[in-house]
Amino acid sequence: MSADPGRWQPRRRRGALGLAVAGVAALGLLVVGALRGTLVYYRTPSEVLDDRPPATDRIRLGGTVVPGSLHELDGTGTRLRFRITDGRREVMVEQRGAAPPGTFAAGRDAVVEGVLADDGVFESDTVMVKHSNEYRSAGSPR
Amino acid sequence: MASALGHPARQARNGAAARRRDLCWLAGGLGGAGLASALLVAPSDAVQGDVQRLMYVHVPAAWTGYVAFLVALVCGLRYLIGRDLRFDRYARAAAEVGVAAVGVTIAVGSVWGHAVWGVWWTWDPRLVSTALLLVGQVGSLAARLLDDDPHAGARRAALVGTVAFTLVPVTHFSVVWWRSLHQPATILAPDLSPPIDPLMAATLLLCVLAFLAGAGWLFLWRLSPRQPVVTARPTSRTPRTPSGSSPASYDRPAWTVHAGSDTASGDEPPGHRRRPVGCDTSG
Repeated sequence: MSADPGRWQPRRRRGALGLAVAGVAALGLLVVGALRGTLVYYRTPSEVLDDRPPATDRIRLGGTVVPGSLHELDGTGTRLRFRITDGRREVMVEQRGAAPPGTFAAGRDAVVEGVLADDGVFESDTVMVKHSNEYRSAGSPR
Repeated sequence: MASALGHPARQARNGAAARRRDLCWLAGGLGGAGLASALLVAPSDAVQGDVQRLMYVHVPAAWTGYVAFLVALVCGLRYLIGRDLRFDRYARAAAEVGVAAVGVTIAVGSVWGHAVWGVWWTWDPRLVSTALLLVGQVGSLAARLLDDDPHAGARRAALVGTVAFTLVPVTHFSVVWWRSLHQPATILAPDLSPPIDPLMAATLLLCVLAFLAGAGWLFLWRLSPRQPVVTARPTSRTPRTPSGSSPASYDRPAWTVHAGSDTASGDEPPGHRRRPVGCDTSG
């Protein structure tokens, strides 16, 4: 084979680099996913109350925002208090951080990230709204 | 040998190009109609408002990605069975289209997620598995480049692509198998009456067809000889001769060994002598 070795280099290098990047990325995704609780993405109120995580563990808590429990502690939406329920038990949440999206409302599902303090109040810094798989019209088309 | 329309291979090339053009027009038409429907006809969502219209890009892109990776899987397996490098070409083009589609899915999904969920990204099973799928398919494309021998590269790519395809069902069912922020499927679910407004569903269908047509065009475009292709380098410096290399068959496989650049020019080489035998009509 009288191929010029210099001509082969770029393609193989690209391939090796691409494969290495893909491999590292995949490994990274799996590791961070494991660390950030991908497989148990959130716990329910019953679970955290039955098996209380230490106050140092950052976890996610998911459930429905109890209607009527939502209170804004300041006008900008950066401090909220509400209760999260899974239909059986409730956890009080104190959210301090960026204001939740406009979809956040009582009666809707949410997932909060933070720590369960010793007094049983979940201190969260992130509120994520979990919406259902339903797509309904708001009214007349635009 | 030339007919009134010209050399048979040029006819074939024009036929393929004409088909691509038609598909491009179809995709454009469906896309235009889909865009108009998404913006004007489909109603706002009761919970999410107008930002929900991103669904008409996000969902078709995701489904197109799944279909593209399925095509890549089938072609890769078909290559492994018969060692026909044509199928490796198809697998590569399909994987490229799929990677682009999933990239769009993740990007649009991120914007939508920020608006509705409140975060650009989260480590929930749907998002992580989609990202793994993307990375795995990129890996299959890269794996092909590792070998100078086209067959070794094709085999490697087919194997990595087959493993990566297992992430398609994992991604789809991730919202069912594990707890996630991403909601369960609305349409690709066992529910016989999907909980979606009929106008939204119709718009979504239109956009899915547009995306599939566009992906089909992109797939054919990647396979066309005017695209730079990753060809086998010559194993010896044989000059291009009329009796040696394949004659002017423009849709010939990328792996045809020929001296010269790795960009198939589509032009007949000078001094080419038309010969019916050895005319590579494959691809």
